[in-house]
Amino acid sequence: MDMSTPMGRGPRMKLVMVGNGMAGVRTLEELLKLAPDLYDITVFGAEPHPNYNRILLSPVLAGEQTVDDIVLNPLDWYADNGITLHLGKKVVKIDRSARAVEAEDGTRAGYDRLLLATGSHPFILPVPGAGLEGVISFRDIADVDAMIRASGQYRRAVVIGGGLLGLEAANGLMKRGMEVSVVHLGPWLMERQLDEPAARLLQKSLEEKGMKFLLQKQTAELVKGGCPGSLPSGEGERVAAVKFKDGDSVPADIVVMAVGIRPNTGLAESAGLHCKHGIVVNDTMQTFDPRIYSIGECAAHRGVAYGLVAPLFEQARVCANHLAHYGIGRYLGSVTSTKLKVTGIDLFSAGDFIGGEGTESILYSDPIGGVYKRLVIKDNKLVGGVMVGDTVDGAWYFSLLRDGKDVSELRDHLMFGQDHCGNLGHQGINKAATMTDDMEVCGCNGVCKGDIVKAIREKGLFTLEDVRKHTKASSSCGSCTGLVEQILAVTAGGDYSAAPKARPVCGCTDYTHEAVRAAIRQNRLLTIPQVMNFMEWRTPNGCASCRPALNYYLISTWPGEAEDDPQSRFINERAHANIQKDGTYSVIPRMWGGQTTPAELRRIADVAEKYAIPSVKVTGGQRIDLLGVKKEDLPKVWADLDMPSGHAYGKALRTVKTCVGSEWCRFGTQDSTQMGIDLEKVFFKMWAPHKVKLAVSGCPRNCAEVAIKDVGIIGVDSGWEIYVGGNGGIKTEVAQFLVKVKTPDEVLEYTGAFLQLYREEAHYLDRTVHYIERVGLDTVKKKILDDNEGRHALYERLMFALSVERDPWVERAKEGKLKHEFETVDA
Amino acid sequence: MNQWTDILGVSDIPRLGARVVRHGSLDIAVFRNAEDEVFALEDRCPHKGGPLSQGIVHGRKVACPMHNWNIELDSGRAVAPDQGCAREFPVKVEGERVWLDLSSVNVAAA
Ligand code: SRM
Ligand SMILES: Cc1cc2nc3c(=O)[nH]c(=O)nc-3n(C[C@H](O)[C@H](O)[C@H](O)COP(=O)(O)OP(=O)(O)OC[C@H]3O[C@@H](n4cnc5c(N)ncnc54)[C@H](O)[C@@H]3O)c2cc1C
Ligand code: SF4
Ligand code: FES
Repeated sequence: MDMSTPMGRGPRMKLVMVGNGMAGVRTLEELLKLAPDLYDITVFGAEPHPNYNRILLSPVLAGEQTVDDIVLNPLDWYADNGITLHLGKKVVKIDRSARAVEAEDGTRAGYDRLLLATGSHPFILPVPGAGLEGVISFRDIADVDAMIRASGQYRRAVVIGGGLLGLEAANGLMKRGMEVSVVHLGPWLMERQLDEPAARLLQKSLEEKGMKFLLQKQTAELVKGGCPGSLPSGEGERVAAVKFKDGDSVPADIVVMAVGIRPNTGLAESAGLHCKHGIVVNDTMQTFDPRIYSIGECAAHRGVAYGLVAPLFEQARVCANHLAHYGIGRYLGSVTSTKLKVTGIDLFSAGDFIGGEGTESILYSDPIGGVYKRLVIKDNKLVGGVMVGDTVDGAWYFSLLRDGKDVSELRDHLMFGQDHCGNLGHQGINKAATMTDDMEVCGCNGVCKGDIVKAIREKGLFTLEDVRKHTKASSSCGSCTGLVEQILAVTAGGDYSAAPKARPVCGCTDYTHEAVRAAIRQNRLLTIPQVMNFMEWRTPNGCASCRPALNYYLISTWPGEAEDDPQSRFINERAHANIQKDGTYSVIPRMWGGQTTPAELRRIADVAEKYAIPSVKVTGGQRIDLLGVKKEDLPKVWADLDMPSGHAYGKALRTVKTCVGSEWCRFGTQDSTQMGIDLEKVFFKMWAPHKVKLAVSGCPRNCAEVAIKDVGIIGVDSGWEIYVGGNGGIKTEVAQFLVKVKTPDEVLEYTGAFLQLYREEAHYLDRTVHYIERVGLDTVKKKILDDNEGRHALYERLMFALSVERDPWVERAKEGKLKHEFETVDA
Repeated sequence: MNQWTDILGVSDIPRLGARVVRHGSLDIAVFRNAEDEVFALEDRCPHKGGPLSQGIVHGRKVACPMHNWNIELDSGRAVAPDQGCAREFPVKVEGERVWLDLSSVNVAAA
């Protein structure tokens, strides 16, 4: 970039931010994380307050929280980060030639980079009387103060606008003891978020709380009061009633206008910046003047100005990245969802909830119980949904929607929520709101609800990532993620589950797994540095998340050509053994199909004694685990065992579990043991996106538990049935039927083809079940069953990849490969 | 007073990797990053004692193999929000050789 100065050195650049609100300050926070020393920062805020959580104005109005509760960045924060803060100073002029801004009171500040985060203002209906006293909008602390004061003095409130904001305002005023009528132009409430039945149900439950509604009423005029002097506020000209086009009118002591918002573009326009539906910005959040950025509600990205924080925070990240001269962060737009923050009323809405052409809807309606759900499906994907009364699964539906998961398999149970779709992860405890603080949320890291709520409140956390970092909740096995998202929603008030359209590999890049894989293939990238260079990674050499992924993508795309990089492998795969909590290792040699010999057992016994290995255990995978081996002994242990690597440490082929089968068993229909041994020998040394486990049973009694394996095979009289996508781990998943074949050779080919498809298309760390969930079993069937050429080709590619792999134990035990890994230096 | 000791060659440490230097009962992890900078920390993670030498080195950090805390190589400090510190040792590179100052160790050991 032109006048950029290298980080930390040289004169600092000047960054001026106009608008001290949620999106702007979030950008500064991100920027300070990336490049604390790059800029001298000056902030102008028209409001007299430091940055606060605007979302929570609703609970403040409702008397559930105080203004102090919702401050996000106290004044010290600005001081600690050396930010010059001008509160209560509205910027009225941008002098682009002199590169300076000027506030009402004449305060000037020069900039190298300018960030416009001016948000938006409430739209005031252009009707007679709109300027009368007692006509209030709902945008900032001042408005809330005005409403609270009015509620103390007056009785009747009329809220114009039956959208999110209007209803939250109405609810607050009602809580403050006022009689509230909501006037709405549309045929039903929140027509932008709800379909008619949902809206009716919502209206009913609000009416039960005492709210009155005047639908399809167009406001014509705000009528001023009769006898001025008598009014507490002294001067007259105060609103007294709302008059409608049809002649009707309602008395009103105060009128709250909540009919929509308009981006604050005035300042930008006066500076000659192109504005249309907002300040027009590109994918790096730059306006037509590249020195001037804009984010938040005032910015229009690809024609859209967002009105919810989640997408704005996404913009903030990208903008901060660009300001920090990092990589090429790109904002690609967001999918959003809304939640109504009226305590006692559950409402969730996301995506295209009306449907239409080519979509189908699943409906669930229980007027008595006050529950209504509608899920809209298109091409087997969830594209939208509305929920009233029961929103427990909102976060889950939203993630299905966002990730464009194929839901054809779930379809029948979809409506009944996550728990009915085989999720043992957090059975039963998914009502975040009803949980007590001492209830455990994350079993892996022992984090209770209280810890999470505390962290969210005290540290002002917004995203799942934040919560993971600060509390470790949902950072391990992830089965509590949905629950954490709910706690976040409940605690932080708004709905933060929205996310960028595409999920990046990790914080080092904005590219998705697909994008990275495609780039590696199309551009013949062969090393990790090449990939990072080509895709402009943000970090010099990645992190512990992306390096292992890239290493796998490289060796699986270019077998024999791309060099396997041990330093980018997790320790278990670098040492070819599992590290234990005490820093020793475990050794699990391979026992083909779970079969062993007296000679092998003797060698294992001798090794265990010779190297004083404290523990010998039979594993759940039909083989033997030697636990507590010193790292320096590993090569010798392997040499003495003289058995193949079991890869129990790797994202690779693990075990092939078998039962005795027809050789011995009186029920056996096929030789499952031999089939298992063949499978294990053919796919031995196969690296994969995650571990891969196979099993073969000799008859449907299924003693080898094939139903929970990545590929499970059941012998029947007439041949073999192949099941895929089983998983017996964190979240039990029953394998799905793929195909029935006749011969062992076919078993090998179909299994191999499926595994290669998984190797080529799955995201790193997806088990087969996650992969199938994402693309859909039909896609898999098309490529494996319907396309014979394709299937052969897949199988051939796998065979080639395996032909260049060697047994890592042999290489290290007998050929001294990477000796240094196992040797310590004495000093 | 310092006890600079010639320990090993820079090239004995894999780039973006580490070697374990054993001094009596003490394990010291000597790291080398992509820029060939060399760092020395006690081979104990401030979290639960995981062997940092076995972690993945990136930038000027190492990710602990046990629970993935990130530790700053030049200070031994855990990257926020995690808190804790791994003991660091003075280290210098002269040409190809890596020198460790073991005085602090021996004091501690004595
Ligand atoms: C040794 C063993 C337990 C035992 O004593 O029986 C074991 C031990 C470990 N399992 Fe396992 N799992 C073992 C069978 C299983 C099984 C049962 C099976 O394979 O039939 C399962 C459920 C089936 C499945 O995976 O679908 C199982 C599901 C897991 C999971 C959850 C995987 C998931 O996708 O949900 C993990 C965590 C992970 O891999 O991310 C895991 C991780 C681990 C790790 C590697 C944790 C770690 O990273 O250190 C443990 C290593 C201990 C060690 O050093 O040996 N282990 N693990 C079993 C070794 C089998 C073998 O011979 O290779
Ligand atoms: C009552 C209420 C409830 C809401 N509930 C939700 C919810 O549940 N979920 C959700 O996602 N979103 C919700 N929102 C929307 C969310 O608060 C906004 O999307 C978000 O605050 C926008 O952030 P911003 O930084 O773009 O604008 P703002 O937060 O409005 O910040 C803009 C700031 O710039 C200042 N400013 C403007 N012009 C100038 C100038 N010329 N000079 C100096 N300063 C200037 C303004 O005074 C303001 O302080 C709600 C909003 C309201 C009002
Ligand atoms: S062996 Fe498996 S189940 Fe047992 S503690 Fe380790 S990871 Fe958990
Ligand atoms: S021991 Fe290092 S992260 Fe837990």
